[in-house]
Amino acid sequence: MSVLEISGLHVVYPPDVPVVRGLDLAVEGGEVVGVVGESGSGKSALALAVLGLLPAGARARGSVRLRGAELLGRSDAELARVRGRDLAMVFQDPLSALTPVHPVGDQIAETIQIHAGATRRAARARAVELLDLVGIPDAARRARAHPHEFSGGMRQRVMIAMAIANDPVAIVADEPTTALDVTVQAQILDVLRVARDATGAAIVLITHDLGVVADLADRVVVMYAGREVESGPVGDVYRRPRMPYTIGLLRSLPRLDAPRERGARPAPIGGAPPPAGGPPTPCPFRPRCPIGGPECDRAAPAAVLVGAGHRAACVRTAATLDAGRVFPAVPAPPPPRRPPRAERPAVLRISGLARHFPPRGAFARRAAGAVRAVDGVSLEVRAGETLGLVGESGCGKTTLLMEILRLERPQRGRIAVFGRDVAALSPKVRKALRRDLQVVFQDPATSLDPRMRVRDILTQPLRTHRVARAAVPRRVAELLGLVGLEQAHADRYPAALSAGQRQRVAIARALALEPRLLLLDEPVASLDVSVQAQIMDLLEDLRAGLGLAYVFVAHDLAVVRRVADRVAVMYAGRIVEIGAADAVYESPAHPYTRALLDAVPAPDPAGRRGRRTLLADPPDPSSPPAGCPFRPRCPRYAALAAPALLPAAGDELGARGGAVARARCERAVPELAAPDPAVDRSAACHHPPGPP
Amino acid sequence: MGRFLVRRLAGHAVLAVVAASLAYLLAAASLHPRPDPPGPAAGPAPAAPADRAALRRLNLDDREPLAERYRVWAAGIVRGDFGRTLRGEPVAAELWRRLWVSVRLLAAGSALGFAGGVLLGAYAAARRGTAADRLVTAGSFLLLAVPVFVLAPLLQIAAAAVDQATGVQFVEWVGESSPGAAGGAFGALGAVGDRVRHLALPTVVVALSQLAVYCRYQRGMMLDVIGADYVRTARAKGLRRRDALLRHGVRTALIPLTTYFAYTVGVLLLTGMFTEQVFGWHGLGEWVVDAILRGDVNVVAAANVVAAVAVLLAGLASDALRGLLDPRVRARA
Repeated sequence: MSVLEISGLHVVYPPDVPVVRGLDLAVEGGEVVGVVGESGSGKSALALAVLGLLPAGARARGSVRLRGAELLGRSDAELARVRGRDLAMVFQDPLSALTPVHPVGDQIAETIQIHAGATRRAARARAVELLDLVGIPDAARRARAHPHEFSGGMRQRVMIAMAIANDPVAIVADEPTTALDVTVQAQILDVLRVARDATGAAIVLITHDLGVVADLADRVVVMYAGREVESGPVGDVYRRPRMPYTIGLLRSLPRLDAPRERGARPAPIGGAPPPAGGPPTPCPFRPRCPIGGPECDRAAPAAVLVGAGHRAACVRTAATLDAGRVFPAVPAPPPPRRPPRAERPAVLRISGLARHFPPRGAFARRAAGAVRAVDGVSLEVRAGETLGLVGESGCGKTTLLMEILRLERPQRGRIAVFGRDVAALSPKVRKALRRDLQVVFQDPATSLDPRMRVRDILTQPLRTHRVARAAVPRRVAELLGLVGLEQAHADRYPAALSAGQRQRVAIARALALEPRLLLLDEPVASLDVSVQAQIMDLLEDLRAGLGLAYVFVAHDLAVVRRVADRVAVMYAGRIVEIGAADAVYESPAHPYTRALLDAVPAPDPAGRRGRRTLLADPPDPSSPPAGCPFRPRCPRYAALAAPALLPAAGDELGARGGAVARARCERAVPELAAPDPAVDRSAACHHPPGPP
Repeated sequence: MGRFLVRRLAGHAVLAVVAASLAYLLAAASLHPRPDPPGPAAGPAPAAPADRAALRRLNLDDREPLAERYRVWAAGIVRGDFGRTLRGEPVAAELWRRLWVSVRLLAAGSALGFAGGVLLGAYAAARRGTAADRLVTAGSFLLLAVPVFVLAPLLQIAAAAVDQATGVQFVEWVGESSPGAAGGAFGALGAVGDRVRHLALPTVVVALSQLAVYCRYQRGMMLDVIGADYVRTARAKGLRRRDALLRHGVRTALIPLTTYFAYTVGVLLLTGMFTEQVFGWHGLGEWVVDAILRGDVNVVAAANVVAAVAVLLAGLASDALRGLLDPRVRARA
């Protein structure tokens, strides 16, 4: 019997917006069911409806049964007895989901006291046990700390400890790893496995990330516009998707294991996901579907069985047997004809760049506590190429970008843009240089002025740089066409555009002055997967057509793999590995790059492997460890510390060799060096792997 | 935490010195303890000696240079000497006596106003958009719109009407106590009861005027908190909505309110001044008003020193409260 059984669930948000329209879902004990969908698909409303925590005014009908007992329509007091005991929840953002003013141990103990009636003392002791279970070191002491003293990953561990405190029979996890770095995400997915094994609970895992589902879930439900469009065992759905939306989603996903294809690429899903509660067309995916026909306009497609336990809500399942025909590969623009790298001029050359921030508080102004956001970075971008810059949050990616954008003398080191040292620029030349160097930010919702029409947004840079007034309207029309927007969009405000369209406007604004180098700061991070693919295609086309060079900053390694020619990996303010994208992704020389690549869950359940999860959190940038900054988390250093793992196993010489090798990591900061001169790839590691 | 408080104290102390000095200079420059030259527009006859030598002895002669008078006054303050009144009595003794009268008047009222305002504001926020919320909102706006010197007589009239209708006098509305209350049938207990009967009405006035302000602030803060993720987490743990709001919401919403706490002390002193006048309490406020009319510079300046120190202490108390409520502040210190 299913532990959690949802049937015919409808959720309506005020005033009259249907966000979930008839959903059936059953989860067994010990089973993990992934619910995937893009923004507005109703997946979060589903989670809140199950827990009875919908916002005021929202209505839910249908049935939600936990071990046979109906939950919908029960009073807050009755539900409170179930929540936290039989039915627990893990929320998305651990930064805001814990009360800032109470110690975390007390917050966990509270849920035990409410339900188990335990004494305060016993509840606190149990809270410490739980913190230990989810992998918080020194749990007894940390239980007395407040949420702000924990990193994001540690806070999410606390949330999970809270969820499993009373041995629930079902756990709903709403985007539990979305706010986390990829190495921390891998840790949290492991903790969720521990939680499932410890409680035997049924887990509903809600996420937009197909990789996370492939990694953890047994079954998957794909939601679109409030409905289930496909569901089934993870292996079946990923290998043989039968609903066009799922097919497009899986095909447009950037993958780590696929190098950039030259000459062809999968057709992205056109358009954008409908806003929550969009018009109830018979098939919600009809407007974006490449194989839709007249039969699709008749009635809402019922879910049909297409395999063992595999259902797809599509009336044309016969046409989806061959997924490749639904979204055929389309020819990509030919790669720009360009001379070999060594012959192209450098558009950006950075050497030894450092940016340290003094600690806050006038009384503590000491150099020792300075935050070393960027600490000795050297790199070079040549005309017409894309350099991907990856790293976890706080590694200095954005600071590096801002230092370049400043076009002023850096604290230390040199920056040369188009061959001119920025330290020696006159104000007039600096302003002229800005035309050639433009930027696109992560979130177009906040980087575009909401009170300006698209036309004004695009006109502003032209006016600032005194482009002839008569030429402006033509240029605006040209820009709109360039980024794939319609002329009618010029009179809209950003709020009237979809997220993807807004990012197109941001790109058009950056292109207005015909720059030669574009800095892209997480340009697709805030977009849905299907829209991400469109924007990446657009950027690729623009680069080929206009001969641009990009610095593409992202935390998503798969995205970078798809767009970058070369890639630089940052850790604690330094570049630890840099080189040709294929070389770095296929045989990384630095253990950190290796760990990052291992941590990304592949959107392929077959690829679920026993990976080595990187331990601990990124270091505090104000007090880095001596020697190599990656040392405390480095598996290679750890292996050196255990002489039995060395080739010369066990013998005296091996042990001494290990100690000497270790000492190098502990004393000196490694410099970038190429282990194999034939390959464009350098790593800052004392012990790079030898040539194979 | 301790270092944080010391640092804030130093900052506040500088402000208090500046405020007290400016108050003295303003009072000394604009108040005239001598009779104006006789004429049709002569002000109220001063009850003070017009003798120049006597004034000079009291450091009150406005023909002396302002800087010199300020020097003498400031030197006295440093020694703890507040100078003398126009009648030649030391200011300090009367100051302390009247300060305690004011404290007795304001303490209960402001505590009640704070607690009541916070709870009522939290309640209104939790019931946002309902009739209860609208009633609380309308009531607090009405209170904010009615000045204290209107509110107090209105309450007196209402109390009188109640007394007349019931034939029993529940509350007194003049002074702090009735003479001979302790000599009644109930002895000391009777004296306490008598004081409470005198205190009731002015306390309500002070409480109401404070309550309206805190209620509005707390409602706003609480609305930010009600939708917070951690309140949802608390409910997901198994707390009912009301308990989740009380245990996880109210305390967090109180944190920004501690800042207002310091500012309202200034308003509280003003409220006290009007309340004392209306209810015939011989407190600090009443004294200051009289002193300004008489041109009694030292009394006005001394009262201002007390006010500045009171605001300073309130600021310190709000810092300490903030540190107590918010662990993030403690960590930063």
